[in-house]
Amino acid sequence: MMKTLKEKKRMGIGAILFYVVAIGYVFVTLSPFLWSIYTSLKPTSEVFTTFVPWKTLTLSNYTYIMGQFPFARWLLNSLIVAVLVTLGNLVVNTLAGYAFARLKFPARGFLFYCFLAIMMIPGQVLLVPIYIMLSQIGWIDTYQGLTVPFLMNAFMIFLARQFFLEMPKDLEEAGRIDGLSHWGVFFRIYLPLASPLLAAQTILTFQGNWNSFLWPLMLETRQHMYTLPVGLNSFYGQYNAYWNSVLAGSILLTIPMVVVFLVFQKQFIKGIATTGIK
Amino acid sequence: MGVELAKLPKMKRRRITRSAVDQALAGYLFVLPALASLVIFLLGPIIYSFYISFQHFNYLDPQAATWAGLDNYLHLFVDPVFLQALWNTSLYTLIVVPVQTALSLFLALIVERIRGKSFFRVAYYLPSVTSSVAVSVMFVFIFGQTGLLNNFLSIFGIQGPNWLNNPSTALLAVMMIGVWTTVGQFMIIYLSGLQSIPEDVYEAASIDGAGGVSMLRYITVPLLRRTTFLIVVMGMIGTFQLFDTVDVISNGQGGPIGSTMTVVLDIFNKAFRDMAMGYAAAMSFFLFVIILILTLIQNFVLGRENQ
Repeated sequence: MMKTLKEKKRMGIGAILFYVVAIGYVFVTLSPFLWSIYTSLKPTSEVFTTFVPWKTLTLSNYTYIMGQFPFARWLLNSLIVAVLVTLGNLVVNTLAGYAFARLKFPARGFLFYCFLAIMMIPGQVLLVPIYIMLSQIGWIDTYQGLTVPFLMNAFMIFLARQFFLEMPKDLEEAGRIDGLSHWGVFFRIYLPLASPLLAAQTILTFQGNWNSFLWPLMLETRQHMYTLPVGLNSFYGQYNAYWNSVLAGSILLTIPMVVVFLVFQKQFIKGIATTGIK
Repeated sequence: MGVELAKLPKMKRRRITRSAVDQALAGYLFVLPALASLVIFLLGPIIYSFYISFQHFNYLDPQAATWAGLDNYLHLFVDPVFLQALWNTSLYTLIVVPVQTALSLFLALIVERIRGKSFFRVAYYLPSVTSSVAVSVMFVFIFGQTGLLNNFLSIFGIQGPNWLNNPSTALLAVMMIGVWTTVGQFMIIYLSGLQSIPEDVYEAASIDGAGGVSMLRYITVPLLRRTTFLIVVMGMIGTFQLFDTVDVISNGQGGPIGSTMTVVLDIFNKAFRDMAMGYAAAMSFFLFVIILILTLIQNFVLGRENQ
């Protein structure tokens, strides 16, 4: 039944037009990437030539910027920070979300309300005070400064709570009867079932942190502590006449995230769809 | 025997209270890391920031901080850079939000009806996983005088401007980048909204003789109201915080001649390039109030719909 109507919709007058529009928009999203890759392979003398012979294309811009600039170090910094922040968030948010959903304790409602309320606070309000605080304890240009303040996310706590609320309560009772402690119930019973939640959280947190620019720009003042977006920005600021090299840098920054996205695309799409459930 | 029976309820009660204490302890321990982070990195800093927003506070000389009363807040309304930033940001929000919402709904409606959904979802979402800095750099090249966009326009005989160096087109170019980046993400949310509309609603309508356009107008769009509302508010909150693109393309200057200065870029410049942190704190609270109003509207409307 469902198929037939969907089929009918598909067979409608504009079927071909639908494909033309949908594929047309694919060109809109992909052409900036393809054009940048193409340009990043051109030798400097040919950057503004629209089409160049295949033979002149070269990877030398990539080797050049890897040699001239600490791109490898920036890549490593980005990885360290994104992995630590993601792991920390997984632990902190999942534990809190579970407690708000499944454990009874005094002031639970009030505390949860506090976390809901902070979702309304735009991060920019925190720029000035956190900068002052971190510079006073000497955490500017350190890994702890780039990770420790960012280990909690109220929206993720909210998502985790929703997830655990929707799981059957019988599981908990069964576990308690079998003599598991509250920790045991969480770690042995609920956590193994929470992989969709953990996947969505990992992906959204990792992506957000990998691409994050405003906070790192404030907290990274020395070149060797740059993460990739800050590094690319400073490289672009100095070398903006060398488009092939600058675009090679952009592609280097883009590729790891795109690979992660292509590998985990199903989880990504699910994760994004969950942000629509509020 | 009798004695034992009398003991039972008492024992049971004690066990319940012990388990309740256990549970409360576990609860606090589970929440503790999040709570510590909340207090140390959110509540404390916000209170401190609110305090210094009433001071003339320059980070280069914190000892010389003096009480400013409402000076910082009042100065906002006569600061030409801030007023321009507020105007640019509002204009950006007013144009980008409707365009990206409409375009993502339009694409979701199309993709829903054809084969290869997962391919289109991936292709459309690609800009959203890309670093905003990389995107900005790529588009500076594309928006150049002899860049890809003007090359494309010249096919139709249109002589394009030097987009980002022209004060009357720079913000428009930034808007296009904004729409390009977020449409895929919102399209995915729309798609999952579309899939939650039960098929029999359409069947009933088609039995009643409704055509494609009237189904869209009287069924799909009204039933997606909640999703649309969410996307509009998320869009407004996001666009009001625009920073990355304008910082990269204008090298932090907000140029040409202030045409791409935004509120957050202005906050960043005042705080970390001029070190006028009291004033920057006041600006950030102004932004906070705007975003708070947007979020409260969202919660109010969604809350009413839930009832």
